[in-house]
Amino acid sequence: MAKNCHNDYKMKFSGDEEFPDLSLHNNHMAKVLTKDIYNKLRGKSTPSGFTVDDIIQTGVDNPGHPFIMTVGCVAGDEESYEVFKDLLDPIISDRHSGYKPTDKHRTDLNFENLKGGDDLDPAYVLSSRVRTGRSIKGFTLPPHNSRGERRTIEKLSIEALATLSGEFKGKYYPLNGMTDKEQDQLINDHFLFDKPVSPLLTCAGMARDWPDARGIWHNDAKTFLVWVNEEDHLRVISMQQGGNMKEVFRRFCTGLLKIEETFKKHNHGFMWNEHLGYVLTCPSNLGTGLRGGVHVKLPKLSTHAKFEEILTRLRLQKRGTGGVDTASVGGVFDISNADRLGSSEVDQVQMVVDGVKLMVAMEKKLEKSESIDDMIPAQK
Amino acid sequence: MATQFTRMLAGRNTAVVLASLGAGTLATGYLLTDSTAAAERRVLYPPSADFPDLRKHNNCMAASLTPAIYAHLRDKSTPNNWTLNQSIQTGVDNPGHPFIKTVGMVAGDEETYEVFSEIFDPVIKDRHNGYDPRTMKHPTDLDSSKITSGVFDERYVLSSRVRTGRSIRGLSLPPACSRAERREVERVAVMALSGLKGDLAGRYYSLGDMNEREQQQLIDEHFLFDKPVSPLLTSAGMARDWPDARGIWHNNQKNFLIWINEEDHTRIISMEKGGNMKRVFERFCRGLKQVEQLIHERGWEFMWNERLGYILTCPSNLGTGLRAGVHVRLPNLSKDPRFSKILENLRLQKRGTGGVDTAATGDTFDISNNDRLGKSEVELVQLVVDGVNYLIDCEKRLERGQDIKIPSPLAQFRR
Repeated sequence: MAKNCHNDYKMKFSGDEEFPDLSLHNNHMAKVLTKDIYNKLRGKSTPSGFTVDDIIQTGVDNPGHPFIMTVGCVAGDEESYEVFKDLLDPIISDRHSGYKPTDKHRTDLNFENLKGGDDLDPAYVLSSRVRTGRSIKGFTLPPHNSRGERRTIEKLSIEALATLSGEFKGKYYPLNGMTDKEQDQLINDHFLFDKPVSPLLTCAGMARDWPDARGIWHNDAKTFLVWVNEEDHLRVISMQQGGNMKEVFRRFCTGLLKIEETFKKHNHGFMWNEHLGYVLTCPSNLGTGLRGGVHVKLPKLSTHAKFEEILTRLRLQKRGTGGVDTASVGGVFDISNADRLGSSEVDQVQMVVDGVKLMVAMEKKLEKSESIDDMIPAQK
Repeated sequence: MATQFTRMLAGRNTAVVLASLGAGTLATGYLLTDSTAAAERRVLYPPSADFPDLRKHNNCMAASLTPAIYAHLRDKSTPNNWTLNQSIQTGVDNPGHPFIKTVGMVAGDEETYEVFSEIFDPVIKDRHNGYDPRTMKHPTDLDSSKITSGVFDERYVLSSRVRTGRSIRGLSLPPACSRAERREVERVAVMALSGLKGDLAGRYYSLGDMNEREQQQLIDEHFLFDKPVSPLLTSAGMARDWPDARGIWHNNQKNFLIWINEEDHTRIISMEKGGNMKRVFERFCRGLKQVEQLIHERGWEFMWNERLGYILTCPSNLGTGLRAGVHVRLPNLSKDPRFSKILENLRLQKRGTGGVDTAATGDTFDISNNDRLGKSEVELVQLVVDGVNYLIDCEKRLERGQDIKIPSPLAQFRR
């Protein structure tokens, strides 16, 4: 079990002596952590031995960007969110638009509840994708797990995925065992994930023992993909070219529920509770853990003065097509939902579908040099 | 303040005295807290489930760690709760280079070398040419007056340098230390250094507090150390909380320099342009002794025992922790096919002038001692002095068109 430092021994020093220097920091953890909270929590640990210093280490080591607000803490296990609620609840509230400790989160993976989404104009919407994460109950999370646990997670995942059939029939590629040919293929398909280099992840201990028990599974059609033991136990991705988000979401929900069935049969369901929804390593991914998005051409709209405002009102965010923190290329943007906690999967994908539809209509108007002022939406 | 720590020191003194007695007195270790969760976990995951996959690895740890040793040590911990998994994490995460054999493990505290001696002893033996901590004693000798012929021909030697490390007994080492411990190391060291006088008087620059001008100055002088980027160090947890409690101290003459809380509690460097190695070593020894005296006055001491000498984070730096070297021009000798063999027999190593793993620029090399443990400081510096003088002699011979000889190999340990 990875352990930051020797907690019992540290208790001999005062809270003041141990309190981190956060004077140059700009992340959620640094905004919330006070000496009082630190003193209250420093003597505690989860049953598996995760402590408050383990939770915050990544935020101490990475002061943050002046413009991007990172979370600055991670969970080591399911109990982290309980034992350290005095620190994590305010962070969750800050990150998830005021979500309260008494709020309940709704899960809805019934794809039939999604309205529309099969008619996004493929001349503008180049590809569609939905991803989420899942943690397996009874195991500690990537910042903390031992090699034995990580290997067991891999073993269970391989077994579960091997039961899938039909459109979900596929194959597992362990990072440690793949041939050069397989590796090149996975790179060309944009499926292969690398050892994390971001210090946000490495400082949280998620790259330990790489590439032991890490791997990628995908179906034969290459439209449904699972990452094992990267930043979460599982990351599940459904994607395809074009704008048929409805189909992507159908496959996403169907596949997820099938996988969950198999894990439940082995008495290892997913970590979930009615307050936080699906429990994942980073507090930013609580709730649905869902990011549903498209790559869409918006060269005119993206240079419009109200672009940012429109996105905010639609509860959407933009990224470059290389992923978070990249710039857009050729006017093509990655547009996805901003919310994760407090609304359901169907709600969030609906916002993407409706919002993108509206933005493509705006783009078309701007192409004809018409005004879009009467199309600006109200705040959702 | 020191009171809080001296109380702890008293509690740890027993462990420390036992450690310095050596011979496995702490080999039984301290079992991890036997909570129900921990006990359950041990049943669910026996040591075999956690044994690392070392098939692609080429480091000293991977060469010595067996499933049997791992099973025996996995559930033990030092008095500060440092475990074997933590010690070996860097070696698991960094398989190593096919040509360079890294050590692959670090110590979290002084007791690590005792509690986990079953793996540390073979690794030490592997790294230090057969030195056996169970049976051998390491000599410490900081009497610089014993050095002879320690002034080099400055047409060849451009600069001379001696470095070592020191750890403060009672405080955990960089992979393991908490913020409070690291800050205490800084306080103890800075307080001691502020007592230095004469040619050793100087000042401290905290990494977190320095202004841009000071920073640029230190960079220009090649004094400033950066946050470690090497995964060998970051995987071992040495960059945590950067730059908290890290800093650089140097004397006004800029030839005696201390790094605080980088890879070890302290790194001590004496250097100057030119070839007067004797003077560099004299200042080194004098400075070290004065610092030690100053920390003694406040109830502190360095980690040291007769089996392993000075205790540092990386097993490769045990013993003297000393690297004495020069930047030397050897345009003819470096092209001679016998160069490597000559160095090997003289027990010297070459590096580029940018440090370990850099290539040489032009014909100038960094030449220093290979060994750290089993020979004293005086022996090692004399070895470098004699060796470099030999290399310069070869260079001069080649210049004159004369032949050179490969010297016979030096003995490894004083018997």
